[in-house]
Amino acid sequence: MNATMGRYRAVTGHRLFWPAAVLVVMLAANTIYRPGFLSIELKDGHLYGSPIDILRLSAPLILVALGMTLVISTGGIDLSVGSVCAISGAIACMYISKQSDQNSLAVVLTALAMALGVALVLGAWNGVLVAVIGIQPIIATLILMVAGRGLAQLITQGQIITINSEPFRAIGLGHLLTLPLAIFIALAAALLVAAFTRRTALGMIVESVGGNAEASRLAGIRSGRVIFLAYVLSAVCAAVAGFMMTANVSSADGNAVGLWVELDAILAVVIGGTSLAGGRFFLSGTIIGALIIQTLTTTVYAMDISPQTSLLFKAVVVIAVCLIQAPAFRARFARRRRGAPKPNTIADKPKEQVPA
Amino acid sequence: MTTGSLTAGRARFRLPRRQIPVLATLALLLVMYGIGVSQYTAFSNVQVIFNVFIDNSFLLVVAVGMTFVILTGGIDLSVGSVVAMTAMVSAWLLQEGLPAALVLVIALLIGPTLGLLMGCAIHFFEIQPFIVTLAGMFFARGMCTFISGSSIPITDGFWTRMSQERIGDPRGNFVSVSVLIAFVVVAVAAYTLAYTRLGRNVYAIGGNSQSALLMGLPVGRTRIAVYTISGLCSAIGGILLSFYTLSGAPLIAVGMELDVIAAVVIGGTVLTGGSGYVFGTVLGVLVLGVIQTLITFDGSLNSWWTKIVIGGLLFAFILLQRLIGIRYK
Repeated sequence: MNATMGRYRAVTGHRLFWPAAVLVVMLAANTIYRPGFLSIELKDGHLYGSPIDILRLSAPLILVALGMTLVISTGGIDLSVGSVCAISGAIACMYISKQSDQNSLAVVLTALAMALGVALVLGAWNGVLVAVIGIQPIIATLILMVAGRGLAQLITQGQIITINSEPFRAIGLGHLLTLPLAIFIALAAALLVAAFTRRTALGMIVESVGGNAEASRLAGIRSGRVIFLAYVLSAVCAAVAGFMMTANVSSADGNAVGLWVELDAILAVVIGGTSLAGGRFFLSGTIIGALIIQTLTTTVYAMDISPQTSLLFKAVVVIAVCLIQAPAFRARFARRRRGAPKPNTIADKPKEQVPA
Repeated sequence: MTTGSLTAGRARFRLPRRQIPVLATLALLLVMYGIGVSQYTAFSNVQVIFNVFIDNSFLLVVAVGMTFVILTGGIDLSVGSVVAMTAMVSAWLLQEGLPAALVLVIALLIGPTLGLLMGCAIHFFEIQPFIVTLAGMFFARGMCTFISGSSIPITDGFWTRMSQERIGDPRGNFVSVSVLIAFVVVAVAAYTLAYTRLGRNVYAIGGNSQSALLMGLPVGRTRIAVYTISGLCSAIGGILLSFYTLSGAPLIAVGMELDVIAAVVIGGTVLTGGSGYVFGTVLGVLVLGVIQTLITFDGSLNSWWTKIVIGGLLFAFILLQRLIGIRYK
């Protein structure tokens, strides 16, 4: 009895339990509403089906959210990712559209390299503002968020640049081993980040900087450099996500690419259990969070509800997940149920709120 | 403010540090206006200034509400959506044939209610304002399209009268009713912040909420009040916007929260809270308005330059705040 209770509590107390449960419930609801939802079929050597679609469409969000996880873990936030997506997509499409042979692999690679280079510069700009000058992250990245949309439109001259390049299109719609290529790119990025943060000391250093940047600096960690790197990485992830978004539609629209992706990414990170106050981060949680958001969007589309109204559902899910995870709410709820105050199960104490 | 004038008096001609950002904004505004006047002859027309007020009255009201929130060190991302929702709900109710007075009351109640709920979630459940107001933003925007997927025109007599009423010389220089309402809101807000207990609490919490709590100030009540005020200002802004456009559209005021935050920051309010003035916010809104007017007058510049210039200004002002080290603690 006690052992099962303990095991039950260990499972429900696991940080991934609630996000995973929400995901499973949403998939189950979909399957009930539309029995063929989970079926996958093989056509022309490619797998098709709603689950594959969800994975493919969530790839850009996963990428952006990975970078965002590290930034949030250092105690910051990066609002500029959507603009970086738009700029990198615009640069790549602009370069490709100017070439005579759009299908040449060399052209596409040059375009990607150029766009990545610019993304590095933009990330460094954010990093310098936050780590060197010491501006609050939310406002430092707000600058690029506002100005970046303008820059993206400046690059495309306010037009929607359409290209006809097979190699570039493959980033968003290509296939590899029967699965969409985008899934592999997102997976590779996730594994790379996980390897660098969890197999080396980097992850712990990032967490310590997020816990207390000044204390970490006194302990001999170059806090500034770590924070700087987090913003650069976030911009690079956003740029790759930007390639996927533009490749999906083979066109760059400075206004629409990556619109609101920063909010979705922050949501994914928070749903995944990483605190906005910084400190510990959970890459697996972030990925589940991104999948939840994409599943929600796909569900709403499948149910013939207007895409804008889907925001209503998003609001409900956000509040539900955040309330479930909020220590204050859990304590209140637990007290009412058991009739006695329950000690806080959350190991790390709630930190002083960041101004955000 | 008293301390500011005291130090200024003692040290002959040293600017009070707290007011440098506001003065810088004022200087920028004057310089921009000077550029406009020197470049375009029609710019010196007084009506140009009045038009800036007419076109930005709703932005001004919303920015005043945001000033309260930012002064406590929080942020409210929901304002743009709440503005749209208020306009949408009033357009919808008027279309259903409800009397204008009742519609006004209902529309003005929605915003504060949502603000109150968000404030409670922030205070009682200790969820970050960023996330809570983000959810509020999604909710309000979703409600807009839930009401109607396309824009609803307003034909009500009261609304059209408010929209077309010209105060002043109808053929010469005039302002709209919205501008007067905006001025009333600004005056009330400035008085509240400077001379009431609530206003002092707001500054105290923004300065250091821990200390405010230890001093026995009602931190929770003030924090909830601040989000309710912001909701009320957004609701008023929504009504003003529906006067201005005479319709409710589901996608109106998208991204407005960024303009509002930019205006508040350019107006010299520090994002960590505790320092800033309503007057600065008025100047910040005017700066945004004059930029748009300048770009319209020029004609050769495209609309995206507005965003780039606003981004540049944000950078300059934040750097300025940083340089004078106004961030206490």
